[in-house]
Amino acid sequence: MNKKPFFKATRHHSGVGDYLFDIFNYSFLTFLCIVMLYPFLNQLAVSLNEASDSLKGGIYLWPREFTWANYKHVFGEASIVNSFFISVLRTLIGTLTSVLGTAMVAYTISRKDFVLKKFVTIAFVLTMYFNGGLIPNYLLVRELNLLDSFWVYIIPGIIGVFNLIVIRSFIEGIPDSLFESAKIDGAGDFTIFLKIVLPLSLPVLATVSLFVAVFQWNSWFDVFLYNSSTPNLSTLQYELMKILQNSNASMSGKTAADAFANANASANMVSPTSIRATMTIVASLPIIMVYPFLQKYFVKGLTLGGVKG
Amino acid sequence: MILVYIDLQKGGASMEVGTGASKEVIKPTVTVSKKRNKTFFAKLKSQKVLLAMSLPFLVWLFIFKYVPLWGWTIAFQDFKPARSIMDQEWIGMEHFKFLFTDENFWRVLRNTVGMSSINLVLGFVTAIGLALLINEIRNLRFKKSVQTISYLPHFISWVVAASIVSYSLSLENGIINIVLVNLGIVDEPILWLGKEKWFWVINGLAEVWKNVGWNTIIYLAAITMIDPEQYEAADIDGASRLQRIRHITLPSLKPTIIILIIMNLGYVLESGFEAQYLLGNPMNLSYSENLDIYVLKYGMAMGNFSLATAAGIFKTVVSFIFLFSANHIAKKFDQPRLF
Repeated sequence: MNKKPFFKATRHHSGVGDYLFDIFNYSFLTFLCIVMLYPFLNQLAVSLNEASDSLKGGIYLWPREFTWANYKHVFGEASIVNSFFISVLRTLIGTLTSVLGTAMVAYTISRKDFVLKKFVTIAFVLTMYFNGGLIPNYLLVRELNLLDSFWVYIIPGIIGVFNLIVIRSFIEGIPDSLFESAKIDGAGDFTIFLKIVLPLSLPVLATVSLFVAVFQWNSWFDVFLYNSSTPNLSTLQYELMKILQNSNASMSGKTAADAFANANASANMVSPTSIRATMTIVASLPIIMVYPFLQKYFVKGLTLGGVKG
Repeated sequence: MILVYIDLQKGGASMEVGTGASKEVIKPTVTVSKKRNKTFFAKLKSQKVLLAMSLPFLVWLFIFKYVPLWGWTIAFQDFKPARSIMDQEWIGMEHFKFLFTDENFWRVLRNTVGMSSINLVLGFVTAIGLALLINEIRNLRFKKSVQTISYLPHFISWVVAASIVSYSLSLENGIINIVLVNLGIVDEPILWLGKEKWFWVINGLAEVWKNVGWNTIIYLAAITMIDPEQYEAADIDGASRLQRIRHITLPSLKPTIIILIIMNLGYVLESGFEAQYLLGNPMNLSYSENLDIYVLKYGMAMGNFSLATAAGIFKTVVSFIFLFSANHIAKKFDQPRLF
């Protein structure tokens, strides 16, 4: 979206005010980037710093006593390794099923001659404006025997209406002639979907995949609500959430519990602070490494299909 | 979540509020004549592949989105989880009566409206401001870096964000306290998350930190629709950067801004849940608890499903009323020119 600079030809500064504006603008935005980035770099530094040394404070952007011990400790914890795998698994399966399912429905409601087009579209769109709420949803999941199961991460949210509409808008933009010539060649709707729609929709599918994958990777509330009594279905975010809740709860009585944990920590070479920082990095690194490469797609996908405000 | 369609070809000024589909009307099948019915089924038969592709998901939709609506009935019952669904005792509006006389309910309602208002105002002002500043950058590489970096917090989970926020605000190593003490603004570190009166502000700022970059996308998209000739003309007239922002960019964004504000008013009872839940602690409880947390507490922790559902219904109904009035106002504004 920033392909064409508007006034390249007439590029000139019309006064001191403009120079001051530029100076202010560039410094302010640089400062803003620091505010956005610093917390992550700081957590990274703490996670790579020796635990008992971190407690003395003064770690900013660089570790003082470099060590991999915190990562070794985190990945030596069977429950955390397991939660990591569950997170990866739900992200992979959840994204694949959701994107395929959503694209399939989007294709059917993009066909102008489909007799159920309006009915299906409205049935889906209406659900954006209301929902049963926490308790009825919980009771439903319980009735369906989905409590304490992996599938509760996948099935209840398999189709997102927003994504459905974004993909539908994209498919509607594919020239009709392509579909017609395929039909003349004897291709059925499913073949057209597989061989024409899916390959041509890759940009929008990349966008939606990113949204769904981020959503799946970041989820913790469904773990908390439906699977909190099944530790082997816990996810990375939920494990981090439990650590965070513990430190929140002990905040009021900062002294005793923390002092004990910290005293224990120096003996064990780990501390709640270091574990939390390490988990923070582990839980956000996969996303940080992926989203910049998809930026072109999601900005386009968002501004073409519809925009969340 | 709100959907706003922008037809980029027509330019940012003309917007369709709601979704394209919501404007379509279901034709009442009851009045359809037999002959048309026949062609309907004949057509449907010829489209059995399309039907097979959407039917499983229609069934899914019915079960997971429409069946829970029936669960609203438990708000009017003395719901006992152990008993079967048909065997519940109906008690009418009792739970609603309790709700409206419960002090805690009014407190969480105050917190919900307070925080969503702060989020709304802060969210708009910061996103528009940042979009204007980003648009003024001429170095494209710097521009793209600022955008990429400012999107970052949007993609990480609230768990990570809350962990970062609470670490940054902590007594010993929190960067906020370190900066404030070194600048001499405060004499000694403050336990920010323990100061209940500050919670709304902290929550609002955390929300801004997380989403401001992301929220600029829509404004930057609308800005690219502005006719470059306007800027060229302004340049020839010797307009300064600030004058250009004030007289060209901002007025061009007005329709987008107005429609987004109107649409967001429908979400006055949606102040978010994760931030408050994850940043909440026993010390700031009286200002951090909102409606969603109230529902969770009564429903899941105390097992009072009926009361929690009643509170959930209250939220949905009020949101619906707001959404409809907002939509109504939006329709009035839905003209080619908004100003």
